[in-house]
Amino acid sequence: MRLRRSLASALACLVLVVPAAALDETEKELERYRQMLKDDPWSNPAMLDADRGEALWKEKRGPSNASLEACDLGKGPDKVEGAFAELPRYFRDADRVMDLETRLVWCMEKLQGLAHADIVKRPYSKANQAGTELEALATYVASKSRGLKYQPSLAHAKEKQALAVGEALFFRRQGPMDFSCATCHADTGRRIRLQSLPFLGKPEEARKVIGEWPAYRVSQGTVMTMQHRIADCYWQMRLPLIDYGSDATVALGMYLVNQAKGGEITAPSIKR
Amino acid sequence: MHRLLMVAVVVIGVPVVAYLLLGRGHSAMSVDDVIKSSWATATPEWQARLSQDETQRVCSQYRNAPPPGLADAILAREKAAIKYPADGKLMGDWKRGEQLAQSGYGGRFTDYPPRTANGGNCYACHQMDGKELSFGTLGPSLREYGKIRKYGADDVKAVYERIYNPHATIPCANMPRMGTSGFLTIDQIKDLVAFVMSPESPVNK
Repeated sequence: MRLRRSLASALACLVLVVPAAALDETEKELERYRQMLKDDPWSNPAMLDADRGEALWKEKRGPSNASLEACDLGKGPDKVEGAFAELPRYFRDADRVMDLETRLVWCMEKLQGLAHADIVKRPYSKANQAGTELEALATYVASKSRGLKYQPSLAHAKEKQALAVGEALFFRRQGPMDFSCATCHADTGRRIRLQSLPFLGKPEEARKVIGEWPAYRVSQGTVMTMQHRIADCYWQMRLPLIDYGSDATVALGMYLVNQAKGGEITAPSIKR
Repeated sequence: MHRLLMVAVVVIGVPVVAYLLLGRGHSAMSVDDVIKSSWATATPEWQARLSQDETQRVCSQYRNAPPPGLADAILAREKAAIKYPADGKLMGDWKRGEQLAQSGYGGRFTDYPPRTANGGNCYACHQMDGKELSFGTLGPSLREYGKIRKYGADDVKAVYERIYNPHATIPCANMPRMGTSGFLTIDQIKDLVAFVMSPESPVNK
């Protein structure tokens, strides 16, 4: 925790005092921190969420008093190891393509008998709060694919369709600012103010960043999932709040994972 | 004659049918369905932001590289959407313009009810005043933009039009249509023009 606090204050100073070199310096500090995390992954605060997620996975909860151990993430019930590397994918029981978080909600509904509206009422933690149950569960499952490479399936027609829709959404301009995802993420080396922007249309760059989520965000002091990441981009694009686990979020996730195909999963990673 | 007709039907018909079944027509419909279902809980007023106008539609379809005919149509349509100040003066107060260039406030669902006026957020993408080091690089640097152009009246007008509606100059430009969308008022745009084009502005120092 001391490590986390000192890093956070170091970052805060950098951002406030030396904006010119801040980008490079902040990145250097983050890189140093990432290296330390590689040496000792348990020093990543997100591992607390992963830990809590594992307990939640095994705990009997909800009206059905059931754990999530019977949840099939694509490789069979209770097969958590490596499941995240093959998501999003088509699930026959739900007859739709689901990403990790969408599938977790589905399992909580079907296995534990929890109401959909209750599960998605507060999916994202606010700054400096502990991760929500969904964030903890997602971090746990993703952490069980660390070191693996993304291998999204395109065998089913609905998986192909999700990829096509995701690609179209990536380039779709809308809203009062005419923004699309591509407005910010379609060129290399660009930034907003001092924040560098990954060129997600380019596989080499997508492979570096997509596998980092869910990630611990130092500036927020909490874990952020891919659903939250996408919702936040749409917020910035001046569009309404996108529904948690909606087809658009899954399709965009499918596009991003396919862009990052072969990239290593480093989740939970650490971000600004 | 019959054989020729049959060949013609096959040559034209097969790609057309394939296109309708598998091509853009099919996937375009799916995208609209997905958009509709994915913001189902938003209010109708907010859902309205999800539907595209013709320029957004064409720029999305051609990924900002529209074919010549459609590019000309965008130029003409967006040019016609520019409104000019009643008194003909295109430059306001550069100091107010500087504040607008700094402010990224407005338009997000957390910005309602409005707490202050919308900002232009120019620094998110452009370098302007040399002393401001926190600038983005999605757009070109505007350092000494007016000075380099010798503060010409035509350039003042061009800057006003660029901010009001950049598609009137560059079809499928990345920059928002600040005037046409109503995000900024005519007076705010005049202040931004002054920030870029006035000799006193730090942009030109």
